[in-house]
Amino acid sequence: MERIPILQMGEFLLVTIQVDMHDRLAMTLQDDLTNRISQTSANGVLIDISALDIVDSFIGRILGNIAKISQVMDAETVVVGMQPAVAITLVELGMSLTGIRTALNVEKGMALLQATVGSSANAQFTATEWDLEDDAED
Amino acid sequence: MQKIEEMEIQSSSDVVLVRQAVRQFAIELGFGLVDQTKIVTAASELARNTLDYGGGGTVTLETLQNGGRRGLRLTFEDQGPGIPDIELALKDGFTSGGGLGMGLGGAKRLANEFEIESVVGEGTRIIIVRWK
Ligand SMILES: Nc1ncnc2c1ncn2[C@@H]1O[C@H](COP(=O)(O)OP(=O)(O)OP(=O)(O)O)[C@@H](O)[C@H]1O
Ligand SMILES: [Mg+2]
Repeated sequence: MERIPILQMGEFLLVTIQVDMHDRLAMTLQDDLTNRISQTSANGVLIDISALDIVDSFIGRILGNIAKISQVMDAETVVVGMQPAVAITLVELGMSLTGIRTALNVEKGMALLQATVGSSANAQFTATEWDLEDDAED
Repeated sequence: MQKIEEMEIQSSSDVVLVRQAVRQFAIELGFGLVDQTKIVTAASELARNTLDYGGGGTVTLETLQNGGRRGLRLTFEDQGPGIPDIELALKDGFTSGGGLGMGLGGAKRLANEFEIESVVGEGTRIIIVRWK
């Protein structure tokens, strides 16, 4: 079965979403990632979505779930590389990324994770909740 | 020249194929990247609803020409249970299936024109148009 690879980079996991993800693949990713976090005791997860040419409510929900699962397992999630056209569309779709951490690219995402988890081992990060807001004013 | 294509939506890999076809049409019409992304995202939402709630159906892709304007019309049809309260279904956050409830209202915002017809027990037809 087709799978999305999960790479380990030190204490972090890197997931690069490269395919036009269909639903089953997305669900598999959620499960695989949960297992890998517990096996490796990773304390950070980078999800690179630079190859995704859209993010719809389904993918949005998967990303939000991953962030929540990671948080429960004491790992931070940073979504990196969102294309500008995707970000613009996401706002109009009405999905706000408030609460999920994003960074421009993998390097910046790594730096963000290092600053968050590196500085104090048991500092609790509180803002990983994936809030959905009504941006529907037009 | 007008181009029309009808596609089946019976599985989640069909949803992927619909996204790809809509992208292709939008590129051929000369849509910019943001417009492409908007119509493909709207199509993804509606195709998934057709599959999940309509029990599968079809989408028809049509290029439009109105004077100097070019556009893309997408018609999603299913013979599923229909939507009892359309206004409620369009509300952000309303879901009957454990989703985020953003798809229908979001697709409406992402399109320039939006039409919905639904009869309980007969099915649902949703038409969106995005102009270049
Ligand atoms: N083709 C359809 N046939 C029957 N009911 C539908 C159809 N499309 C949408 N609905 C109803 O409208 C509701 C709202 O749809 P919408 O796409 O906004 O949210 P969702 O699919 O539940 O969640 P999301 O799209 O955010 O994952 C659905 O939960 C469903 O009850
Ligand atoms: Mg939906």
